[in-house]
Amino acid sequence: MPDIEKLQKIANQVRRDIVRMVNGAKSGHPGGSLGCADFLTALYFEVLDHDPKKFNMDAKEEDIFFLSNGHISPAFYSVLARSGYFELSELASFRKLYSRLQGHPSVAKNTPGIRIASGSLGQGLSVGIGAANAKKLNKDSKLIYVLMGDGELEEGQVWEAAMYASAKKVDNLIAVVDYNGKQIDGPTDEVLSLGNLKAKWEAFDWEVLEINGNDMPAVVSALHEAKGKSGKGKPVVILMKTEMGMGIDFMMGTHKWHGSAPNDEQTHAALSQLTETLGDY
Amino acid sequence: MKEIKIIDYKDTRSGFGEGLLELGRNNENVVALCADLIGSLKMDAFVAAYPERFFQIGIAEANMIGIAAGLTIGGKIPFTGTFANFSTGRVYDQIRQTVAYSNKNVKICASHAGVTLGEDGATHQILEDIGLMKMLPNMTVINTCDFNQTKAATIAIAAHVGPVYLRFGRPKVANFTLPDQNFKIGKAELIHEGTDVSIFATGHLVWQAIEAGHKLAEKGINAEIINIHTIKPLDEEAILKSIAKTSCVVTAEEHMRHGGLGDSIAQLLARRNPTPMEMVAVDDRFGQSGTPDELLTAYGLDADHIVNSTETVLKRK
Repeated sequence: MPDIEKLQKIANQVRRDIVRMVNGAKSGHPGGSLGCADFLTALYFEVLDHDPKKFNMDAKEEDIFFLSNGHISPAFYSVLARSGYFELSELASFRKLYSRLQGHPSVAKNTPGIRIASGSLGQGLSVGIGAANAKKLNKDSKLIYVLMGDGELEEGQVWEAAMYASAKKVDNLIAVVDYNGKQIDGPTDEVLSLGNLKAKWEAFDWEVLEINGNDMPAVVSALHEAKGKSGKGKPVVILMKTEMGMGIDFMMGTHKWHGSAPNDEQTHAALSQLTETLGDY
Repeated sequence: MKEIKIIDYKDTRSGFGEGLLELGRNNENVVALCADLIGSLKMDAFVAAYPERFFQIGIAEANMIGIAAGLTIGGKIPFTGTFANFSTGRVYDQIRQTVAYSNKNVKICASHAGVTLGEDGATHQILEDIGLMKMLPNMTVINTCDFNQTKAATIAIAAHVGPVYLRFGRPKVANFTLPDQNFKIGKAELIHEGTDVSIFATGHLVWQAIEAGHKLAEKGINAEIINIHTIKPLDEEAILKSIAKTSCVVTAEEHMRHGGLGDSIAQLLARRNPTPMEMVAVDDRFGQSGTPDELLTAYGLDADHIVNSTETVLKRK
């Protein structure tokens, strides 16, 4: 049985890391990062079969996660550090000159835990399909996970990949959509409505799960359910409803914190809403 | 000028197809991807022999580049095949982020480059691809001259770790380099030793340069002809060595003057040894329909234009 309380404590600490990293860099994307903290925590601390101490690019006999919406790098870097890929203290270098923790994920500096650059949107699902195909060729039964933003689904390449994955039965692939309904310019319904997103993925012949991505037990059980549906001829997508800015009252219910950093006063106010559970970096 | 024997007339893309088949036989990590152009890319034999290592992507080149990048994670060596236009311009950002910046071991193999694509016209005749690819850090850029060289290069790039752009073409052209040659990435290839002018050519225009060399010899001009099959990394020392002898340069390529081989050599000479230079290349315009030979003439890329440019540059010596 998963220790939900422990996962929630980690997610809470990840949120503190996100706020402090973005404040420290005076730039970055806190909104989506906070919204995905629960999912990334559940994935890295409960679901992924991986070996953080022995990072290697090929990840044979390991599960692989790709972050397609690279701008939520603060959440990604926090879970990587807290699961042991690199020292926690390195989080302080986020977005600084010569740092391995670039504004958007990069492999140019050999950062443990990162296998592809992302930031220019819409490309991660294709990369995930490639890695899934490599696993099949290598007779490796482990899985590929890809996280995308919902605004990112406006990119055409996502649908090229969606069409390919079902047509070619890439069934060792679990895609997750951060369905927070917001993007830089405003609500997705106003910028470019996604319409009936579930029907769209079903029409592309994917297995579709819908969950509340900020409900830790629901996230854990959906990930296990998705794993159970793998290997049956269809790719699986989890449409994960989240709240942008989750955990900090003044960052929720708005798209305004998608890509802006809190100042010191706002950071103090934000951190007062998040208990330090595992020690700040 | 010494005679350079033509073995036969073949398309360079068939050299790619044969090289890929040989790789399939000898390297189980080699996989191939195609965006609905198996026949045009001459990938049929690989598809038939190694269906489990072939991925038909459909008409979705962006997805193809991403899938290729992903296949490298797990140790595969993916070769993507489509037309040069759809291999570069259409997917520039995908190549930039997931192949070049991510330094993935993807081989982007591009046929139907340049005006010699022929009748399909400008939408398909990319003349900017060398420039696009050579500007990307980590990317190696190769433009082979004939069937034998394309086959050898296809095999050689599998052994090179890192992103490669391999450019070749559609029409049957003179096949004159050695079969089973030892293709060395980044090494200029001396075709004919001369003293009066250095002609640096790439791709289909290497043969045009050889024909120009014969015409120049009749006029008493002894041209040095060098095949620059690797545009990046450029064999700077071989180029400078030739120029030290000849003191003038003509470059020849089936590409836009901006961003091509001539552009790379001009930058080298400006820094290291300013030298009179002429460039045989397309002058800031799009292609159009026609036969390959008609187009080479109409766009100023044939042997006669190389002769004219040589006579011009000799006057500036």
